Amino acid sequence: MELLNQVSQFVISGLATGAIYALIGLSFAIIFNSTGIINFAQGEFVMLGGVLTIFCINALQLPLLAAICAAVAGTTVIGLVFERLAIRPLKNATPLALIIITIGASILIRGVVMLLWGKDTKALPAFSGNDPISVAGATLLPQHLWIFGVTILVIVGCRLFFHHTISGKAMRACSFNPRAANLVGVSVGRMVLFSFVISAAVGSLAGVIIAPLTMTAYDVGVMLGLKGFCAAIMGGMGSGLGTVLGGLILGALESLGAGLISSGYKDAIAFCILLLILFIRPQGLFKKGETERV
Amino acid sequence: MKSDKLKFFVFCLVVLLAPLPLSGSYLTNVLVFVGVNSILALGLNLLLGFAGQISLGQAAFFGLGAYGSGVLTSAYAFNPWVAMVVVALAVAAFAFAIGFPVLRLKGHYLAMATLGVGVIANIAFNETVDLTGGPSGLSGIPNLAIGSFTFDTDLKNYYLVWGFALVMILLALNLVNSRFGRGLRAIHDSEVAARVMGVNARLMKVQVFTLSAFISAIAGSLYCHVMTFISPTSFGFNTSVELLTMIVIGGLGSVYGSILGALLLTMLPEILRTFQDYDIIVYGSLLIVMTIYMPGGLVKGVPALFRRLIPKKAKEGANA
Amino acid sequence: MRKLFTTALALFTLLCLSTVAFAAAPIKIGALFAVTGPASFLGEPERNTAQMVVDEINKAGGVKGRKIELITYDTGGDATKAVQLANKLVKNDNVVAIIGPSTTGDSMAIIPVVEKAGIPLISCAAGSKITEPVKKWVFKTAQNDGLAVARIYEQLKKEKKTKVAILTVSDGFGSSGREQLKAQAKVHGIQIISDDTYGPKDTDMTAQLAKIRGSQAQAVICWGTNPGPAVVARNAKQLGLKIPLYMSHGVSSKKFIELAGDSAEGIRLPSGKVLVADLLPKTDRQKGSLLAFIKDYQNHYKAEGDHFGGHAWDAVMLLKGAIERGGDTPAGIRNALEATRNFAGIGGVFNFSPRDHAGLTKDAFTLVEVRKKDWVLVK
Repeated sequence: MELLNQVSQFVISGLATGAIYALIGLSFAIIFNSTGIINFAQGEFVMLGGVLTIFCINALQLPLLAAICAAVAGTTVIGLVFERLAIRPLKNATPLALIIITIGASILIRGVVMLLWGKDTKALPAFSGNDPISVAGATLLPQHLWIFGVTILVIVGCRLFFHHTISGKAMRACSFNPRAANLVGVSVGRMVLFSFVISAAVGSLAGVIIAPLTMTAYDVGVMLGLKGFCAAIMGGMGSGLGTVLGGLILGALESLGAGLISSGYKDAIAFCILLLILFIRPQGLFKKGETERV
Repeated sequence: MKSDKLKFFVFCLVVLLAPLPLSGSYLTNVLVFVGVNSILALGLNLLLGFAGQISLGQAAFFGLGAYGSGVLTSAYAFNPWVAMVVVALAVAAFAFAIGFPVLRLKGHYLAMATLGVGVIANIAFNETVDLTGGPSGLSGIPNLAIGSFTFDTDLKNYYLVWGFALVMILLALNLVNSRFGRGLRAIHDSEVAARVMGVNARLMKVQVFTLSAFISAIAGSLYCHVMTFISPTSFGFNTSVELLTMIVIGGLGSVYGSILGALLLTMLPEILRTFQDYDIIVYGSLLIVMTIYMPGGLVKGVPALFRRLIPKKAKEGANA
Repeated sequence: MRKLFTTALALFTLLCLSTVAFAAAPIKIGALFAVTGPASFLGEPERNTAQMVVDEINKAGGVKGRKIELITYDTGGDATKAVQLANKLVKNDNVVAIIGPSTTGDSMAIIPVVEKAGIPLISCAAGSKITEPVKKWVFKTAQNDGLAVARIYEQLKKEKKTKVAILTVSDGFGSSGREQLKAQAKVHGIQIISDDTYGPKDTDMTAQLAKIRGSQAQAVICWGTNPGPAVVARNAKQLGLKIPLYMSHGVSSKKFIELAGDSAEGIRLPSGKVLVADLLPKTDRQKGSLLAFIKDYQNHYKAEGDHFGGHAWDAVMLLKGAIERGGDTPAGIRNALEATRNFAGIGGVFNFSPRDHAGLTKDAFTLVEVRKKDWVLVK
């Protein structure tokens, strides 16, 4: 019975962490899908969400909701500027050059935040209290419900946007074939900019809702970004359910690994399974194989 | 071909004479690490620059080499030279084994898989405390020695490390101009086309991956004997990224570019120190600006810059 | 002939002048701190404190009339960089002594450099293996982890709790603590029935804590530095963990209470005395130094001085004393350092000897508890 309780706690905690990875994974996938860019500065958007919210609350004395809006807006502007200054001027955009540029940007953003707000870790108050909630023999915090809720909202929002609006469809068209999209009158450049804006917004939103649980500092983005990337790859870099499942599986695996096998090797276990998935299904868990055109 | 030989000869001469004006300065010490990084960058450039296969986990092989040599010599009293060879071969065998499934992947999936290998290796260094000393590191590693001649000063280590580096450079130069090298470049341009032409692309990719791991392991062994202390932080994701940066800034697919990149990135903290706390910002901006305006790295970018600035001297610029 | 004489005289005067100038030249001391990178929570207060103390010594006329010049470099917590910078301090800057580095890894990495060069090093890192076995040129000011462990185990023994669960962070600080926790358990009759770790960047430790909750443990000891332990405290509250939670001295600052919020209530930890300086009895020998340090730090940086900064305070003051007594040569400083007795600093009362280069006893730690968002002494 005790073991059962424990396992249920592992799974539920894991899913909660997994939802965070899923959200970050989604923001990866949004950029990837319309541009083919893996944005290594994605974790920095997540960090900015949390840090800016805390800044707005502490220094500008804004109420929580206004602070969150301001932080997401601020991060979105940074995403926009980033695309304009670092991605747009690139002439021969090889995947490698893009990886290096985004890594450079992540170092830059981290550095600026460190200089402006210091290296201290900061905590954000929980949105609706800290009283634990009992679910199936396990406990959750109200903040976890916020995470699940926002994740579901973002998935539904993405689905509606990419499948039912002109801009969303145009962005998908760019991802399939930029030249063809261009020929039918889609402004590819604008779509790329658009994807950075949306992705920055989603990433920073993830950063805001996890800050009360995990706290935040200038350097939290690296690990969260890596895990989000991992989730997106597991799900096959899709902007839909695949990535979300990828994130949830990753979170649950980590938690079960830490609880049942070895806490020291939990990340190793997660990455081993990731490798296995890649070896068996190189296109990700939830994507059909594609034939490469030559 | 003749100019290649001349170039290598001049380079050897520069390496040989470089420490003389520095006598006793700590810069000799920095140049030792430039040597280690050059070997590493060269190993990665063979894989990435020539064969076009990205790796974000190169630090794993570097670390395996360092820890292999470190543990064997400090805990099991192996002869360091024997350990170096044994470890390098073992790491190469390991790379060969994982190479087949890993290199089936392409693009971002390959990046993720190699990154995964790197993360797992780093966790292993951290967690096998009884063997590696865990996060607090492994100390008591002996210096390399030939008979009673011990490589225990910066100058001796400089010639040791650069001796190895020169051998690797020679190896890489010959490889690039061989049938194997042409095959690799064909894979880089179009794997399918290469296959159609009868290149066994799959095997060749694994071979170059293995070679690159072998070279990194040697660098690891050298590093651990020079430092006499190692800890897992030196073999993490950051190191892999830094190596990637070196060859991109130096020049992808260029042997001397790898060396130039290693030199620049290793010396950069020394130069940036004048910016004090702002160095991280300068570093980040430099990466972005370099990639945008010098996509071919310094080896191609600097001559191009010269040509643009001084049109008259175009010819000399191209030869530089 | 006369010309030659004048020239000689001029040369002689010049030589005399230059030796005078040389005598008044500042004494160069090197400092290596991890000001950036994952260990910046150590390096930053250490650098600030060292600079502050040196400035004040110079303002007060220096050491025996000579100013001290502090040359500080940032290792970023990277062993390779630490070695390069140690070489730079020794070979280019010609320092007579080095203080720092902040982390055990960096310290271990540069020990071969200073041993070879014969330059005294006062490390500000906690790992016991820095000075065990004793190395000729290496001293340290940070209290050994072992002393903190002993302090916790003593308290547990007093409360007749013998079964503990340990949860340590998988970095240098945590693994050194874990080693000590395991090594000393038997001596104190403590049984470790659950041994888990977490990553320095982990955001959720409920899995480990749920496992501990299901075990027979009577207390949990968590070994880490911010923000991990704050997450542990919050997760423990979320899970309704009833057994007492002990932390390490790695989180002994107000920051921890701020991060953990309500979850910090009732948590105990061994801490350097700087945290509770005003609560100490007047007879405490460290009280003078502690209050002076806290006031200075507040004046200079508008922030609370913590015991990490204290390590650098101790290092600079120990050096000052050693230079006063032993002169400005590395060998003289080393010998004077080794002869230092009864120096009441921030970390504790130091007594160095040829057999002990760490110099502290477990009295350096007091056990404190969080009550109403503040620290109280555990009796």
